[in-house]
Amino acid sequence: MSEKKEYKVIGTRPIRHDGVDKVTGRAIYGADFQITGLLHGRVLRSPHAHARIVSIDTSRAEAHPGVKGVVTAQDLPEAEDKIADLGEGAVSLKYLCDNILASDKALYKGHAIAAVAATDPHIAEEACELIDVEYEVLPPVLEVRAAMEPDAPIIHENIRTSSLGETGDKPSNVASHIQFKKGDIEKGFDEADIVIEREFVTGTVHQGYIEPHNATALYNPDGQLTVWCSTQGAFTVREQLAEILQYPISKIKVVPLEIGGGFGGKINVYIKPVAALLAKKTGKPVKVLMNRADVFEGTGPTPASYITVKMGATKDGKITAAQTSMAFEAGAYPGSPVGAGAMCIFAPYNTENVLIDGYDVVVNKPKTAPYRAPGATNAAFGSETVIDELAEELNIDPLEIRLMNGAKEGDHRADGPVFPRIGFIETVEAAKSHPHYTAPNGKKHHGRGVASGFWFNIGLESSVTINVNPDGTVNLVEGSTDIGGTRASIAMQAAEVLGIPAESVNPTVVDTNSIGYTAVTGGSRTTYATGYAAYEAAQDVVRQMIERAAKLWDVDEANVQFTDGEFSSINGKEEQISFRDLSARLGETGGPVVGRATMNPAGAGGAFATHVVDVAVDEETGKVEILRYTATQDAGKAIHPSYVEGQIQGGVVQGIGWALNEEYIYNDEGEMTNASFLDYRMPTCLDLPMIDAVIVEVPNPGHPYGVRGVGEVPIVPPPAAIANAIYDAVGIRMTELPMSPDRLLKAMGKI
Amino acid sequence: MPVVAIPALMRNLTDGEDSVTIPGATIREVIDNLETRYPGTKAKLCDGDRIHPSIGVYINGVVTRVGMHARVDADAELHFLPAIGGGVVSD
Repeated sequence: MSEKKEYKVIGTRPIRHDGVDKVTGRAIYGADFQITGLLHGRVLRSPHAHARIVSIDTSRAEAHPGVKGVVTAQDLPEAEDKIADLGEGAVSLKYLCDNILASDKALYKGHAIAAVAATDPHIAEEACELIDVEYEVLPPVLEVRAAMEPDAPIIHENIRTSSLGETGDKPSNVASHIQFKKGDIEKGFDEADIVIEREFVTGTVHQGYIEPHNATALYNPDGQLTVWCSTQGAFTVREQLAEILQYPISKIKVVPLEIGGGFGGKINVYIKPVAALLAKKTGKPVKVLMNRADVFEGTGPTPASYITVKMGATKDGKITAAQTSMAFEAGAYPGSPVGAGAMCIFAPYNTENVLIDGYDVVVNKPKTAPYRAPGATNAAFGSETVIDELAEELNIDPLEIRLMNGAKEGDHRADGPVFPRIGFIETVEAAKSHPHYTAPNGKKHHGRGVASGFWFNIGLESSVTINVNPDGTVNLVEGSTDIGGTRASIAMQAAEVLGIPAESVNPTVVDTNSIGYTAVTGGSRTTYATGYAAYEAAQDVVRQMIERAAKLWDVDEANVQFTDGEFSSINGKEEQISFRDLSARLGETGGPVVGRATMNPAGAGGAFATHVVDVAVDEETGKVEILRYTATQDAGKAIHPSYVEGQIQGGVVQGIGWALNEEYIYNDEGEMTNASFLDYRMPTCLDLPMIDAVIVEVPNPGHPYGVRGVGEVPIVPPPAAIANAIYDAVGIRMTELPMSPDRLLKAMGKI
Repeated sequence: MPVVAIPALMRNLTDGEDSVTIPGATIREVIDNLETRYPGTKAKLCDGDRIHPSIGVYINGVVTRVGMHARVDADAELHFLPAIGGGVVSD
């Protein structure tokens, strides 16, 4: 790894390759997609949060003029008792299918029941109202603690609590229990001079991507299924379609169009299989679009949770014990990110004695989906608030207590594995020395808070090919959908190897028939893993070009070197040729050069962040204003600093929304009452100051340029940092998210 | 010999031991030897002849991507934890 190397492309800020298309409106998104003979689909959704489906009569809808086809769960292949292997984990095929179109029970308000294809979207919508569904309405369970009560209504009769292979003996809403244990927790608390134990509650929060889900499907007469869509991973869409439709994977092509945000929410499929079913039934291409209410009610948010945290420390600030119980709402089907939350909660600290219990609990809400560092934000809200309280009680600076206990290379994470080179301490030091932290903060009802966070980051599979053009540019073909500027960050890594400008690399994101398997754009993996594949593919190009230069000069390949974009001969001949000039002579030296690489790198390296925030609390209204926000984060090596800063700023803004405003608000019947962006209030640029993003670079030994993923960890600290700032401002410890004006006024005794 | 950290909820099978040294040059050999010494452990970690999809194997702090085939050094430290993929954790 080249820790001290001066780069020519890495670390610069070129204009993104897709920038012109995006700012001129020429980029093609799913809703823009058109094809001859297109029909329009619409999904009928359950009005009930929990109901048995007694019957569905589609005859009136089918008879409606303009309607070309209606589908229900009956049109899906039989899915009983099969486990679907989606490459990244086994899931029940029945759950997977039932979430696409409910077969026997509707498990949340908004659960898809049936779908119509018609010549016009309005006709399709009208026809949905002509589908007669008889429901037996059941009592819903809407909150994790209620769902864990022994007498709670059971959502799935077949779920027994699973605990690493052991299965409970009676139906339960607790789908699984996990545990991590390290050292002797009782001994740890005995050694503590102070012990603090608190309870925390977090709300259901949506990713809030601006572009709703969309899909257009077409079956060719030869049986080839093509789906054009917005997704974080074309290959995972292909896998899910193959399992849900029980259709050969070789007959499915998924074409990823531009994506208007995902944040984890566009990994799971919802309407893509529905569009395919309608296309099959009608023999026509069918486009299905969600509206905003569909997105809120019919796709996966991040879970609400109930978390207890108990931590002990000595008088001099050493944390001696950390214990938590974390119950996460999985939504309608098992699979919350409680495992990730449990593995992250105490990760920043080198603590000898730890006990972590996690529970995955089904409730009558949409099946949860990943959202930026899934589970870690819920977790850090609890642990980072308690650490703040420990620091206050011990009269220790809150960043100093983090430095005293912070994890370093060679320490064991709370859940076990040893840390490689990490940069947690460096993020805390960067925060501590930042002018923000040392600036005065003494005004009445103004407060300052800090918090830290951890996210694993992942590697997984990526494939890249690079075709050399005669003019010395290259076409880079990749399978990672570009959400946050990864065309640029991947192209730049190839450019650095080839000694050419970033602008001389033309990156293209292609369909599943046109590149090797590539896992989702998620887990903060794309600049790391697909960038690593681009680096290796470029190295493959260099190897082949060295062969061509050797042939040109009639020398041994070992006597050709490549430096800074120039090939030169060594040991005798004085020959030199640029990458560009040699590219023009490929025809005479053997034909085209195509570099290729596939990667499944294991050394993603964890990411840490430490944030400082100043707030003003209006004691009359309970409104919290963000006055100043500084986020330090270890990026390993920032390939394109502007996009790293953008990821940090975006993550912080979403974390602020989670902290202060955002939550699904349900009535007693389980109906979300704020399913629009008017009532589900996300922060806008008018609400916030400029977020100061401070990039810390502790190179990741698992990547040739030292890259660490950056997209997820910035959402982890904000709720805890803001809660700690609110405490500093008004002396109230907020333990429930969002810390909305009404909750704050109640906590302050004003209402 | 490699050190295997025993998941908390499997320690009933290892007489309460939270870590044990087990011989083996690959994950497969380590798991087979673990099973020999502590019957029932393999079934918790594997689905047939491969690591259970919901489990991630960490060798010296790094997740292996080749499951049972992964090479293990004599002084390696192994952990079996929930798998993480694409921002998703399998429980």
